[in-house]
Amino acid sequence: MSGMAGGRLVRLAETGRAPVRFLLDGVERVALAGDTVLTAVLTNAPALRQAEFGPEQRAGFCLMGACQDCWIWQEQGPRIRACSTPVADGMRLLTRTREDWP
Amino acid sequence: MTGPQIVIVGAGPAGIRAAETLAAAGLRPTVIDEGARAGGQIYRRPPDGFTRPPETLYGSQAAKAVALHTAFDRLAAAGRIVHLPRHSVVALAGGVLHAVGDGGSRRIGYDRLILATGATDRLAPVPGWQAPGVYSLGAMQIALKAQGIAMGRRIVLAGSGPLLTLLATQLLKAGAGVAAVLDTAALRGQLAAFPDLAVRPSFALQGLAMRARLGRLYHAGVALEAIEASSTGVTAVRWKDAGGRTRRTACDAVGLGWHLRAECQLADLAGCRFAYDTTWAQWLPCADRMGRAGDAVYLAGDGLRLLGADGAEVAGRLAASACLSDLGLPGPDGTADLKRLDRLDRFARGIARAFPWPADQVRALPDDAVLCRCEGVTAGSVRQTAAYGGAEANRVKSLGRAGMGRCQGRYCQIAASDLIASASGLAHAGEAGRLRAQAPIRPTAIGEWLEQE
Ligand code: FES
Repeated sequence: MSGMAGGRLVRLAETGRAPVRFLLDGVERVALAGDTVLTAVLTNAPALRQAEFGPEQRAGFCLMGACQDCWIWQEQGPRIRACSTPVADGMRLLTRTREDWP
Repeated sequence: MTGPQIVIVGAGPAGIRAAETLAAAGLRPTVIDEGARAGGQIYRRPPDGFTRPPETLYGSQAAKAVALHTAFDRLAAAGRIVHLPRHSVVALAGGVLHAVGDGGSRRIGYDRLILATGATDRLAPVPGWQAPGVYSLGAMQIALKAQGIAMGRRIVLAGSGPLLTLLATQLLKAGAGVAAVLDTAALRGQLAAFPDLAVRPSFALQGLAMRARLGRLYHAGVALEAIEASSTGVTAVRWKDAGGRTRRTACDAVGLGWHLRAECQLADLAGCRFAYDTTWAQWLPCADRMGRAGDAVYLAGDGLRLLGADGAEVAGRLAASACLSDLGLPGPDGTADLKRLDRLDRFARGIARAFPWPADQVRALPDDAVLCRCEGVTAGSVRQTAAYGGAEANRVKSLGRAGMGRCQGRYCQIAASDLIASASGLAHAGEAGRLRAQAPIRPTAIGEWLEQE
């Protein structure tokens, strides 16, 4: 597994769960069953996407579905709210918008 | 049986006790909740497959958490309540709720409505708070409880209120790296509130014990100056200690929060009246002592009065009792609960005074500081809009977009009102008016929304 160096979150407990494999910007990454998409992405990367109205990146804020800061793109289908969507095997997530995606 | 259709929104302590009270009277309420499993935020449960016991997750409150979870699960399993998890109520009109979930949207009619929508963190902007790696204190607690996660390797917690100290002790206990705990409340004000806090001596003592455990990590009476960041996220917090010395604490995550903000957008759409509460420095819905808040609408829990989890259980029972008695049905006698509520209210007001909203910090925000994290609206532009457009929150919103973003003002509105008030010479933020809620109160796919209209 690669990419932990780029993750911002730290797992403190509950690390014995089954692995879940997903693609982040086309690269295979590993999360754990029961992770939210936010946990899955941010244990592997520093952010979820680029901010729409500023130069900074976005990584969620409230984790309770109230701020809508945690939207992330999928290769297909709708954007998802990362803090309240469980990660699933085979998800294809993008930290860049689809338009930037080759 | 087919009785009156009663819908409860929210399955935290208030919603659970309300559902239980109604079910005990033979009714079959519907409980709509955004969570996958009932419990609310404070007693939130991890997903299936997680193994930490309740004592680890909820500490001294474990027995209460387990009692609530068990009560709810039993009622749902027996079919005595209808549970609609993972659904957001996004609008409400004419006795019909619009709920959106994974499978699309549905309309749910009701005869009586109990809103137990809880609270979010109350946030004050700190220059730089738009950087990735800044979270609300509540977010950090949810991550720890529901995911077993620390939001960084070296965390600074800043703000004020009971959650600041509680979260710090929980994180340390779980093995997280906490670099500093920065409380904007001065020690003197905390002491002055002690007579009110002493009405719940065990809670007050627990707070002091937690504080002692934090030792030198904890600083009272600080002024937060800025959150510094690189392109990948937070790098440090700059602050002034109580003696006025500037300090800088390196970190890769910041938790921010100043106690709670009642979540009352649905109460607003339901037509409830609101009044500005100077103790809580926010607009709160009006209700009688039982929670009656208008035509067939009842409120309970932190979405009405910020009393915390114990108060929410009491208020949930009372709202359901009021609902039963208005339907002409026998319900439990609320006398003892009303007494408890008074004591909890005194304690909560003591807390609000001990750990106040940081009005000075907000009023001192530099013009280039981001006020609205959603769309990057700055403090300066809100001041300017207030100067040209008039000192009214809804006008500043439509002219300057503060409160217009994705979170619909949940995290900037209180601070925005403060800025408008100070830019216009008003005595307090309440005089800048109240931002009205607008449906849908959560962003929904536009198709789902139009379908319902
Ligand atoms: S982080 Fe706030 S909605 Fe997901």
